[in-house]
Amino acid sequence: MGMVEKRPLSAHHAILLASQTDFSGWREAARAMALNGVDPADIAWSVEGEDTGDLFAAPPESTPLPAIPPGAELRVPRRFVDLAEAVICHSDPARFGFLYRILCRLQREPHLLDVATDPDVRKLEEMDKSVRRDIHKMRAFVRFRRIADETGERFVAWFEPAHFIVERNAPFFMRRFTGMRWTILTPHATADWDGERLAIGPGASKADAPAEDAAEELWRTYFRSIFNPTRLKVKAMTAEMPKKYWRNLPEASLIPDLIAGAEKSARDMIERMPTMPAPHHETVQAKHWRNRPAETQSDGADATSIAELRKAATDCRRCPLWRNATQTVFGEGPEDARVVFVGEQPGDQEDIAGKPFVGPAGRLFDAIIDEAGIDRATTYVTNAVKHFKFEPRGKRRIHSRPNAGEVQACRWWIERELKLIRPDLVVALGATAAQSLLGKAVPITKMRGQTVTREDGLKVFLTVHPSYLLRLPDDAKAAERERFLDDLKRVRTLMDDTL
Amino acid sequence: MPAPTVREKLAILADAAKYDASCASSGADRRDSLKSGGIGSTEATGICHAYAPDGRCISLLKILLTNFCIYDCAYCINRSSSNVKRARFTIDDVVTLTLDFYRRNYIEGLFLSSGVIRSPDETMAEMVEVGRRLRLDHAFAGYIHLKTIPEASQELIEQAGLYADRLSINVELPTDEGVQRLAPEKRPQTIRRSMAGLREKLDAAAEPTLRTKQRPRFAPGGQSTQMIVGADPTPDATILKTSARLYGSYRLRRVYYSAFSPIPDSSAALPSMKPPLMREHRLYQADWMMRFYGFEEREILAGRPDGMLDLAIDPKLAWALDHRAIFPVDVNRAPRELLLRVPGLGTKAVKRILASRIHRRLRLEDVGRVCQSIAAVRPFIVAEGWSPGGTIDSERLREAVAPRARQLELF
Repeated sequence: MGMVEKRPLSAHHAILLASQTDFSGWREAARAMALNGVDPADIAWSVEGEDTGDLFAAPPESTPLPAIPPGAELRVPRRFVDLAEAVICHSDPARFGFLYRILCRLQREPHLLDVATDPDVRKLEEMDKSVRRDIHKMRAFVRFRRIADETGERFVAWFEPAHFIVERNAPFFMRRFTGMRWTILTPHATADWDGERLAIGPGASKADAPAEDAAEELWRTYFRSIFNPTRLKVKAMTAEMPKKYWRNLPEASLIPDLIAGAEKSARDMIERMPTMPAPHHETVQAKHWRNRPAETQSDGADATSIAELRKAATDCRRCPLWRNATQTVFGEGPEDARVVFVGEQPGDQEDIAGKPFVGPAGRLFDAIIDEAGIDRATTYVTNAVKHFKFEPRGKRRIHSRPNAGEVQACRWWIERELKLIRPDLVVALGATAAQSLLGKAVPITKMRGQTVTREDGLKVFLTVHPSYLLRLPDDAKAAERERFLDDLKRVRTLMDDTL
Repeated sequence: MPAPTVREKLAILADAAKYDASCASSGADRRDSLKSGGIGSTEATGICHAYAPDGRCISLLKILLTNFCIYDCAYCINRSSSNVKRARFTIDDVVTLTLDFYRRNYIEGLFLSSGVIRSPDETMAEMVEVGRRLRLDHAFAGYIHLKTIPEASQELIEQAGLYADRLSINVELPTDEGVQRLAPEKRPQTIRRSMAGLREKLDAAAEPTLRTKQRPRFAPGGQSTQMIVGADPTPDATILKTSARLYGSYRLRRVYYSAFSPIPDSSAALPSMKPPLMREHRLYQADWMMRFYGFEEREILAGRPDGMLDLAIDPKLAWALDHRAIFPVDVNRAPRELLLRVPGLGTKAVKRILASRIHRRLRLEDVGRVCQSIAAVRPFIVAEGWSPGGTIDSERLREAVAPRARQLELF
């Protein structure tokens, strides 16, 4: 990042800040200047002890700050304060004047920071990004070396940041390495944590840090082994781990050899012919897999219990719906149930749990049959289609209606469930269930509340699916819930009649 | 034979883990060690502590507990028929290595996976024990990712979620047929049910309990998965369909695509070739389009009868070239959803455009300041004082905006 603007040669105001990161000093001066309308070009900013590059120049001195006019107030967006606190850590010597210029512009253009396309705002954001990146890289590339002396162990690191970020970044290391005593040495400042107190001290030199740590050999072993030579992408590496950091990274010395040898190791791997299976392979196969009980693929035709039928349906491939679903969701309930409720298909939650009627519609159903006086424990609940059919939409799944072919394919299971249970009554919840049970499409809104007797003598009571109630607007919901409750009360009467 | 040293074991068990693409350490809840006086912290985003020359981030100590394995998955270096050297860490080896590396700031935490020895439960129990010792015995608050073994019991998974930030189960390959062919002992059904089981627990943890309003802790970083690309002839269209299904069904944070990489002592059932890195890259871009740019999986490949992503240009640009009628898009008026479809405008650029245009009419140079390359964006937008004219319909638009053909492969 180059200079933002040249320091004015004959400024009327000179501000000497206490340190490179003296935000409160800058803030105090900037407030006084801005409230007096001082032009950015009329201020010379410098830092105590900073090398001005001019050996013969007198050390800079501050001119007194102008008095703040009574009642004058300076307002800036909170975001500017956050940005300024970060940008003050930037190494560009012109940052103080640049920040002051933005402060002045904000007085005339209060929404300036929202205009991300403005060159000054871009520049401010770029400087902030550069500081944040440097902070992030310091968190990434500091490498502690352990030293032990009579007072115990200590971890010391040498690091060379691009900006003045040590103070700003030290709390991160304190939060992370609370239980250690550590010191991070940099040319500009030193951060030290003794387990209780964080102290910032003057800069140091590389020689002050320990020269080695035995763990580095292990770390290098890891670095070498985790690298996949068939995927060499040197540019991707250097983009994120620029060479300027390498000199303080113990693993970086391996990189040239790893790159040089990559092509050969990759080619060796590709060309090497597959060998004979390892000697222990036979033993493993025999012990763990050969005598695994053969997965007898029964189609359920000869199942003598619901449990057997359920097991046979686990790997059902009668239609393609298994492909996207998690699992077959089979019926549930006592095998001697007198009434069987048939829904449409499992929904999102049923697919995950592997149980029917556990989602929102199932919970509503439970509440209403309870109200109708039907004991859920005496009923068997199942679905016309046993895999969830859906369309993915981002993080959710949208239910889609099974087609006639899918319903037909799944009749294989529902008919066998009914044959084993031999209920007195089946309740078709919704059009899909009715279609499955009666073998043809039925106008459910017209025929709801009726009982149809099939050719085989099975009585099928028709009503709506509880999910229909969930989709209704609130004002219509109460009335429809009553109608559904009435239907289920009739189901209970029918159950009593068949006693 | 002398017992192998930790360093020898590390060499074998890190090598054995390198084919897992993920090394992410993000998504955890924020925590630090100020109260516990231990070590470790996690913040909003993870940190890559190093990069290998393969360009991959090294954020976690990614190792296997053991590479002995009773499974014989053709694509896996650790399959039972492989002649690779075997090793086995003790639980304490892993705990000590993690702490030693963490204290020196080499890593964000641990990504522990394992070959399955004896039984899935026995192996999973050892992995859980590593997590337990790190968290409870050593007050370790760094990141822990455990690779879950699909056949392991629900109680062990529950415990794993107590200590881990993220859990993952690899679907291995994009189709069940592929799994059956290349990993004959694995059951795709079991893998799906395990992912569903994780989702159930993640959902439960996301809802405050009635009594305490406190959330039971279960893997705050969610679950992720990986599939290998290029080990079988599955087209990209099927891969993206599988991803869309996985994201929708199991609340995955990420689906990782791992270009099939030749392994030492490989199986004859597999292609012996360089990993298709560009294909992998395009799949990640398409995945990004689904997650951040509002594209449906079927839209992305609508213009490609072979079901494969164009390797020469990125899929968002390819989509734009196939749907020129909706362009140019007016940056001063278009809704967010439409701006997100402009090639070269990312989510950040769109956010900045939307914020800036409230205050002023945007010119081409304004847009240029918030995007990577205005040359790529220019043909697709209208701005104050700028219209691309007929270029959008030009036969040569593709050549004008596509990056010049370059060497994509290694050698």
